[in-house]
Amino acid sequence: MRVIGRPVVRLDALDKVTGAAKYVGDMKFPGVLHAAILRSNCSHGRIKHIDTKDALELPGVHAVVTGEKYQKPTGLYLKDRTLFAVDKVRYYGEPVAGVVAETPELAKEAVRLIRVEYEQLPPVYDPLSALADGAPLLHENLGNYEWAPVFFPKPGTNISNHFKLRKGDVKQGFAESHIIHEETYCVPHIYHSPLETHVAVGYADNGGRLTVWSSCQSPFAVRKFLSTALDIPLSKIRVITGYVGGGFGGKAGATIEGLVAPLALAVPGRHVKLVYTREEDFVGAYVRQGLVARLKTGVGKDGRIRAQQCELYWDAGAYTEYGANIVRAAGYTSAGPYDIPNLWTDSYCVYTNHPSGGPMRGFGMPELHWALELQMDTLADKLGMDPVEFRLLNCLKDGGVTATGEVVYGVGLTECIKTVAERIGWGDKKEGVGKGIAIMCKAPAMPTNASSSACLKFNEDGSVTLMTSAAEIGQGAMTALAQIAAEELSLPIEAISVSCPDTAITPYEWQTVASRITFSAGNAVVLAAQDAKRQIFQNASYILGDHEMELVDGQVRVKGRPDLSVPLESVVMGAFLPDGSAKGGPVFGRGTFTPEGLINLDPETGQSPRPVAFWTFGAQGAEVSADPETGKITVHRLVAAFDVGRVINPVTLEGQVEGGLVQGLGSALFEEMVFGEDGQVLNNSFVDYKIPTSMDVPAIETYFVEVAQQDGPWGARGVGELPMVPTAPAIACALKRATGTLHRKLPLVRHGRD
Amino acid sequence: MEHVIHLTVNGTPISGRVRSDRRLVDFLREDLELTGTKEGCGEGECGACTILMNGVAVNSCLVLAVEADGSEILTVEGLARGGELDPLQKEFAEKGAVQCGYCTPGMLMSAKALLSRHPSPTEEQVREAIAGNLCRCTGYKKIVEAILAAGGRGRA
Ligand code: FES
Ligand code: FES
Repeated sequence: MRVIGRPVVRLDALDKVTGAAKYVGDMKFPGVLHAAILRSNCSHGRIKHIDTKDALELPGVHAVVTGEKYQKPTGLYLKDRTLFAVDKVRYYGEPVAGVVAETPELAKEAVRLIRVEYEQLPPVYDPLSALADGAPLLHENLGNYEWAPVFFPKPGTNISNHFKLRKGDVKQGFAESHIIHEETYCVPHIYHSPLETHVAVGYADNGGRLTVWSSCQSPFAVRKFLSTALDIPLSKIRVITGYVGGGFGGKAGATIEGLVAPLALAVPGRHVKLVYTREEDFVGAYVRQGLVARLKTGVGKDGRIRAQQCELYWDAGAYTEYGANIVRAAGYTSAGPYDIPNLWTDSYCVYTNHPSGGPMRGFGMPELHWALELQMDTLADKLGMDPVEFRLLNCLKDGGVTATGEVVYGVGLTECIKTVAERIGWGDKKEGVGKGIAIMCKAPAMPTNASSSACLKFNEDGSVTLMTSAAEIGQGAMTALAQIAAEELSLPIEAISVSCPDTAITPYEWQTVASRITFSAGNAVVLAAQDAKRQIFQNASYILGDHEMELVDGQVRVKGRPDLSVPLESVVMGAFLPDGSAKGGPVFGRGTFTPEGLINLDPETGQSPRPVAFWTFGAQGAEVSADPETGKITVHRLVAAFDVGRVINPVTLEGQVEGGLVQGLGSALFEEMVFGEDGQVLNNSFVDYKIPTSMDVPAIETYFVEVAQQDGPWGARGVGELPMVPTAPAIACALKRATGTLHRKLPLVRHGRD
Repeated sequence: MEHVIHLTVNGTPISGRVRSDRRLVDFLREDLELTGTKEGCGEGECGACTILMNGVAVNSCLVLAVEADGSEILTVEGLARGGELDPLQKEFAEKGAVQCGYCTPGMLMSAKALLSRHPSPTEEQVREAIAGNLCRCTGYKKIVEAILAAGGRGRA
């Protein structure tokens, strides 16, 4: 192993430490115009009238666009939204109109000149009220929307997806139980807080072609979204991404692009730039959904979990085109990392007049595991069993069965739990300090055919350009994929350069989400390298003759005959024979990867022998104390162990996990979007919405278990989102041991004093 | 109203015409095309726009360009000298202190200001110096380690 597993310095590090790295907001466009968005100041209302006259007459304004022109419902999984509000607004901050003007200031001034008259409708702000009889309906036309067949909306209600899971016989399971515990857990909305807000630039030429530069995670998903919403063929849309200044799910799917594209189409021949203000960024894309979870769990005298009933009510906001799938993912993961024979789960995606819920690091798993892990810790207490022992007893192991009936192998969870328990000194008492543990699992939630592709283009000197459409959002995709290519091709990492996504040039990638890039795009890179090697050997065979060959250190060698070799660079452009003739041609490797054999969940029972590409497991421990006088919570230590299959780059991996732990810490202690009575976000700035600073960070230790993923590249599986998942429950469980009180509502700093 | 300002940016004397309400961050990013300096909030809350003004770390989104008249400005683009990276830049790259990189220029500048006051700071001093620079990716651990290393205090 020369490159894989080594602390290779990130390929983008030099660009980023010198200020040379170009983010979309840094790109220069000649004669660029600026856009601003008018957002609703009412959370549920019928639009009676929009008056754009004064705005249009303001000198320097080029165009004003409203929902009138683009009425077609669109969306990723469930087509329940439009680009600008049509007829109704459903959350405070929904885009109602957009302006294009000479300067950002003029565009903002024009926005203030647009007048909108609303007929106020009764709003609903929590999922339980939204399900009550007579609750105001957000989407009267739900039944007419289109959705992917794996979702189950209930027209005439606020339910946009009802996921059901039925496994075994819960009645029987509870009858066999010695202790049954029932409890409710709550998770508030939180905001991704990438340091770079959403930014996009659109350009429509006079031939009907549209180009969008966007700080996004998923250029191909953006292209498809725009094509459907704007009725422009895919071939006429191009989406380009630079470096992305943090995503965490908030830049997945398509968001800001749906605003900038219609504005650009209104002024063909001019570039239009839209940069979200920080305030706007809080509601302008997705937020993490709220959750009310009710669990009923039964355990036998032996400590084994016999049955669980689970009701998940998601506060999914005004539009659930993406959120519907989070609800589904949490539903089919509702047993968490536990082997539970009897399960009954209902997961409801509920419309409310909150901003649109959508993907955020963990995709429903942090919220689900908040409920699950507190429940399990309580059960262990009730049994009088050690919480670590309880988890070791009940957790998934090789041959274990998940909630959907899938039998899993290659599970390193037990080792993760033992590592964390050992490192945190489980059992060693420290005065005033509580220790807690939480465990987790997660799989990528994606369509069964979500694919990746990769191309390896050789240069004349034997160096290579790797092209994928994996977005570099900070996670280190560029570097990990280059390492995989370098290893496969036996080249030094310096020989590989990686390009940023451009749908007109780089090959297809479904989305940079779900902790799937190292696995999925990584597999595509392995296949592309193998394809390239076939071509290299073919070219070399014209010189060396037909033999079995290998590529080692830039030499193409006949296996077992070190004397028979040619330098790689002499055959990457084809073979040139002594008589002057040429054979073969430039090497261009291609690889595509789709996880094969994934089977949809049964619509009634939620069962499937293989619903997802892989599972990743992990455990975390926390050491916490609380000041008995002031209640001030201090997290002293966080320890994490994840089974990543194979470490590709120890430094970037550690860094990603540390960052995830600290994001999890923020969500545990203080992060929460606070809404006013009118549905407005009240704390939409970094002064009022606090994220962790360098002063808030405890000591962190990370460990990695490597039980290979059989079909992963070099055995690797995804991990990016994971550290966000068990952090909050680990801290809450530790706090419980420090203070004797278990808090079931996040965030702890607020509710820890209740 | 427009003003003519004279200042030194990354060692180069510069003159420019700016309106009274032009922010320094816009003057740097747009007029001088020094886009290494980032904007994350525009309100002094995130530190992404941190630069050095007369050796002091300031949020360039809160400073007007006219206020910078006569001053000496250092941005991330001016950290490397004669093709040599600043030790901070080297350590940030090598220690894995960079992920999305959006906070990086501001972090580097806050760290630079610290090291010029305290060439070999303690961990506590480092944490305090970057307390106004938000990073959502790294969890700060590797950033702190990189700054300590640049100050000659890191673990090898
Ligand atoms: S942009 Fe200046 S502090 Fe955030
Ligand atoms: S590296 Fe992304 S915000 Fe710091």
